[in-house]
Amino acid sequence: MAISRVEPLPADLAEIQVQMEEYARGYGLDFFPTIFEVVEHDQLNAIAAYGGFPTRYPHWRFGMEYEQLAKGYNYGLQKIYELVINNDPCYAYLMRSNSLSDQKMVMAHVYGHCDFFKNNFWFSKTDRKMMDNMANHGNRIRRYIDRFGVDEVEDFIDACLSIEDLIDVYSPFIKRFDEPTFHRFRGSDEVNELDPPGKFKAKEYMDQFVNPPDVLAAEADKRKKQQRVQEKFPREPVRDVMLFVLEHAPLKPWQLDVLSIIRDEAYYFAPQAQTKIMNEGWASYWHSTIMTRQGLTGADVVNYCDHHSGTMATSGGRLNPYKLGLELYRDIEDRWNKGRFGREYEECDDYETRRQWDTGANLGRQKIFETRKIHNDLTFIDTFLTLEFCREHKFFSFGYNEDTNYYEIESREFPKIKQRLLFSLTNRGQPLITVRDGNYKNRGELFLGHEFNGIELQMNYARDTLSNLQRLWTRPVHIDTILGGVKTILSYDGKEHAIEQFKPSK
Amino acid sequence: MYTKIDRDQSRFKQIVRGKIRQNLRKYVTHGELIGRQGRDLVSIPIPQLDVPHFRYGHNGAGGVGQGDGEEGTPVAPGDPDQGDGTGQAGSDPGGHILEVEVSLEELAQILGDELELPRIEPKGKANITDEKLKYTAIRRTGPESLRHFKRTYMEALRRQISSSTYDASRPLVVPIRDDKRYRSWTSSPQPDANAAVIYIMDVSGSMTDEQKQIVRTEAFWIDAWLRSQYHGLERRYIIHDAAAKEVDEETFYHTRESGGTRISSAYQVCIDLMNRTLPVSDWNLYVFQFSDGDNWGEDNQASLRLLREQILPHVNLFCYGQVESPYGSGEFLRTLRDGLGRDVENMVLSEIRDRDAIYDSIKLFLGKGR
Repeated sequence: MAISRVEPLPADLAEIQVQMEEYARGYGLDFFPTIFEVVEHDQLNAIAAYGGFPTRYPHWRFGMEYEQLAKGYNYGLQKIYELVINNDPCYAYLMRSNSLSDQKMVMAHVYGHCDFFKNNFWFSKTDRKMMDNMANHGNRIRRYIDRFGVDEVEDFIDACLSIEDLIDVYSPFIKRFDEPTFHRFRGSDEVNELDPPGKFKAKEYMDQFVNPPDVLAAEADKRKKQQRVQEKFPREPVRDVMLFVLEHAPLKPWQLDVLSIIRDEAYYFAPQAQTKIMNEGWASYWHSTIMTRQGLTGADVVNYCDHHSGTMATSGGRLNPYKLGLELYRDIEDRWNKGRFGREYEECDDYETRRQWDTGANLGRQKIFETRKIHNDLTFIDTFLTLEFCREHKFFSFGYNEDTNYYEIESREFPKIKQRLLFSLTNRGQPLITVRDGNYKNRGELFLGHEFNGIELQMNYARDTLSNLQRLWTRPVHIDTILGGVKTILSYDGKEHAIEQFKPSK
Repeated sequence: MYTKIDRDQSRFKQIVRGKIRQNLRKYVTHGELIGRQGRDLVSIPIPQLDVPHFRYGHNGAGGVGQGDGEEGTPVAPGDPDQGDGTGQAGSDPGGHILEVEVSLEELAQILGDELELPRIEPKGKANITDEKLKYTAIRRTGPESLRHFKRTYMEALRRQISSSTYDASRPLVVPIRDDKRYRSWTSSPQPDANAAVIYIMDVSGSMTDEQKQIVRTEAFWIDAWLRSQYHGLERRYIIHDAAAKEVDEETFYHTRESGGTRISSAYQVCIDLMNRTLPVSDWNLYVFQFSDGDNWGEDNQASLRLLREQILPHVNLFCYGQVESPYGSGEFLRTLRDGLGRDVENMVLSEIRDRDAIYDSIKLFLGKGR
């Protein structure tokens, strides 16, 4: 365990830590106890490859991440300054080669993250002992590897990872359906094994007139349909495909355990993906505030500016979450300080009045603290991204042009931009997939649905994902989607892929 | 504790190299070993394996960016690996390549690291020395291209503050001549060693464009490595079918003849070249020969003799790469192996089945450290 390995910080850094912590508390930041550890670049790269943890279960993709980070570092293309883990206590790793002014800034930044982890609502259900549990997961999977062989376990992990994003990120917070009642006994009127449903009593010689066979057949059909609706499985589409597989696929005990580990970790990491802009923005807001108001000495200034502007740089027209988040918090603070909110302000359409608007409300700080508590990126952008902000920061939306095979600037209109941005944050920018039928065709096949919203699935990936899912489900799997405007069902039965397209009935 | 990552890393590398988990290897995209090649920069691919997920395709895809530009200004290229989205193509790879741009010098270093190539011990005129430069010093004069931005900025800021021309509300810092600081070098003497590479390629009818592309890629990497090992690198090109001649690089890669194959003719030209312009006493000589191995039978003995008596004794390294051809018999490799024995120290034989084999072949060629 990493905990036992923590070395005390060198005296100069320990002093900085005390100082930075004091500054951070002074601003009302509220965080778990934070433990800093100084590590070499290869260790930091390894930890980064493990998603911030000192140890994970063995898997090649961590090796791949590491290889990329290590190469990037060795060739001088990229450098990680710090890593923070959402855990109680909070662990933060600092790169040994950082200069002292870098370390100062990085610590201030870390306290921003720690405060966010502790207070943001979307993190409230995450496991705060994940440091221990990650190690625990690693041990469990390592044990399975010893017993069943690395290829078999790794192969299974690969299949699980294919659906790791098919979880229901809101499920920790809401109850989607009533608990299923497993003991629903059928009423006596529903089933009558002896007589066909809807049959009237009649003497034998009158029977075919009183109960014409075609009417009986129609009635039977209708009842069957009703019954099918009642017995639908699941009764409503389920977003947590992983859970559905976990509960219903015929997996071995070790496989169930591996799948549940991967699902747990997916839920643990989900809020970080949901709050990338807010979290980085918040940490940047605080490192910038603390450093420029208190932290900097004359000797640090140029280094700090260089480092900070490097972090905030946007290149190639790409949005930088650090910058977007930081600027948006500042914008919110400014607006609430000047009272630029509420109906009166919104409805004012005189440019000059708006520009001069300042009620002296001075609610900015309070507002951003409230924002960091309740929002995630999606609601953050939806609530606070304004036309003025978009203009000032030269936002544009871009789309894919099939003719040129280029992404091109599409528009500078505010609604279009906001829509694009919100879309890219919805469901973490991934297609929404649900389980529609766990007993498709009454043959135990799994039928997924893609909740189509205008963008098609990438077909080669979809096919490969189906293959992996089939390995988990073991029976044939299908997904219902739209391709070229036509309802399409992709299927995989363990041997070959099939595609069925339904021409529009015109 | 941290060594666990090494195991994951080697696992990943093994998968990429196709040693284990063959089913995963289809996600590794090979592409060209050379990505785009700019002036001095080459983009090299880092292989990446994707775990397949349900994700959006291109159609209707997009996002939000920040910066200048009109409507219609391209911001990023589409993904060339992209399937056409109609669901017909069934075998398009799911992986993609990350590209990083590096200089040729770094590239050779990377290649060396990747393939664990030993550094070459040059022979030749060790008494001639050459200055090797290292940019570690700072000076007040120098070319603009070597200006040290941060130092210059600090000097300018210092001057402006001390002369009270710095306005905090308008923090404009303009360096003047005196502020400028430049990176400068210190030199250390290094023994000079020159190397010459002679590339020989079979351009007879049985060599297809695909095979020439393989030769070209391989030659590029060999160049890059040797260049990093020697101060000057001279390159000569010989093509042959039944007759051979020396040509320039452009011609070397683009000639296609239809005649038969007589390898000894190329060896003869090579020997002449060595005698005439590349005296063995001054040069570290390398000969790389690429062929599909389809030599005229009666020429084999003549070829072997030339190679044994007049080439092998003089060169650092002789490499024969045999590209697999749909037409060639590929027998020359066997001829060399049987005719000269396996333990000729400075001869390396390699079979290059396809593009994927280039890596291994380079490693084989340059792995001797000669």
